Amino acid sequence: MQTNHEDLAQRCLSGDIRAIARLISLLEDGDRQAYQIFGTLKNSLGRAQVIGITGPPGSGKSTLTDKMITGLRKRGKRVGVIAVDPSSPFSGGAILGDRLRMQGHATDPGVFIRSLASRGTLGGLSKATASAVHILDAAGYDCIIIETVGVGQSEVDIVKVADTVILVSVPGLGDDIQVIKAGIMEIGDIFAVNKADRDGADRVVREIRAMLETQAMLKFGKAVPAGPDTLAARNAEAVHHGRLMETPQKTETEQDPHAALELPPVLKTVAETGEGVDVLLETALKQFETARLSGELEKRRMRAIRAQLQDLVSWQVMEYFLSHEGVRHLDRLSKAVFSHSIDIYSAAETLFEEFFHGGIK
Amino acid sequence: MERKIRVLVAKPGLDGHDRGAKVIARALRDAGMEVIYTGLRQTPEQIVQAALQEDVDVVALSILSGAHNHLFPRVVELLKENKAEDILVFGGGVIPEDDIPFLKSKGIAEVFGPGTPTSVTVDFIKANIKRK
Repeated sequence: MQTNHEDLAQRCLSGDIRAIARLISLLEDGDRQAYQIFGTLKNSLGRAQVIGITGPPGSGKSTLTDKMITGLRKRGKRVGVIAVDPSSPFSGGAILGDRLRMQGHATDPGVFIRSLASRGTLGGLSKATASAVHILDAAGYDCIIIETVGVGQSEVDIVKVADTVILVSVPGLGDDIQVIKAGIMEIGDIFAVNKADRDGADRVVREIRAMLETQAMLKFGKAVPAGPDTLAARNAEAVHHGRLMETPQKTETEQDPHAALELPPVLKTVAETGEGVDVLLETALKQFETARLSGELEKRRMRAIRAQLQDLVSWQVMEYFLSHEGVRHLDRLSKAVFSHSIDIYSAAETLFEEFFHGGIK
Repeated sequence: MERKIRVLVAKPGLDGHDRGAKVIARALRDAGMEVIYTGLRQTPEQIVQAALQEDVDVVALSILSGAHNHLFPRVVELLKENKAEDILVFGGGVIPEDDIPFLKSKGIAEVFGPGTPTSVTVDFIKANIKRK
């Protein structure tokens, strides 16, 4: 077993497809021993740029990913893709259909695509997604794209894994209140409004920009001048829509360029034809480079590692609990709650005390 | 955690009809398997690369156009070239009875024609996957 894993790790480092694929499976299946390979792989981690693509079902994430792979290949980068789709809560099975849109890259040796089922995890990824990213990173892929399951409002696990999050929206899903709600709209580093050839795309762009400007305004306590590149365009839009906006006719020094940089770009794409995808990709690559130079990437990765570590520990605790008589006590206390002999909060407290302070063995 | 059975459902060749493949995919999903569907008009090379990257236990091929005698064996051949003969390959679709012995001699484990109950396919996979 041991030597087999070590052999797989070595082959993974040399880019062997079957070894990479098998290691991902072992990690997915929760093979504890497989974690030992990271002793071998750890010095080869952290090299790849990890781009997360998230958004509602049918918003075009897979097609966008497909076109981004093409763009990255043109730039000579090797690309790893992890595409997550939901598992059935009933059978545990899954139909993984993201790959279908990317099969044009199947025979390109510079591209590795792997579909993962969410297997009960609700944050938009699967438990093994982070490990799969590490495997592809160690195998030498320059850029790793993670496509999340189709998300709703609160599946934000992608921020724990990705250096850059692209949030995909499409026209026609809701009004501007949807845009200011907490959750998913807060995690985008770049906003892509896909299917931008459809009616209503400009409105979505304006709503997201308005949301971002408000966010920045609340953060910096003043109206934020738009970035120089899009300044004219955005003013025109603001005036056109009667939205009040402080005219950014200030001198260079008065402007707060940092604040302007804080606004994530909002870009229009038509993934089907590839329109706008190159700009999107270029923006993502540039953002990564800027973050790397400013030290922001380091901070972000530290936060991500901390969050991943926390997840690993909590899964381990839960697994330990459920495999050590915990289930029996869970049943006992559930019955007690049902028959009103204890309230559910005290039951939880009791369970915790018994388990962690010696009660349950 | 238990090991999940992973299946690649693929449509080699040029026919443009995948109702059968989708029904099979759905049935395998309901049997608790993870099914990767490639979509239509795949070359054997694309199918085999997908099978390797996805680390599947099974490749299920569906074909209706009559090119099975060429395309099915080619998939098996390419898997062998990639040292992946441990992946189980079976086929379905419109395949004349007379062709089945030839296909089996070429490493296609089984051929399921129209009307096969999906439970037969599910049981076949469970009984025959080589990697436990």
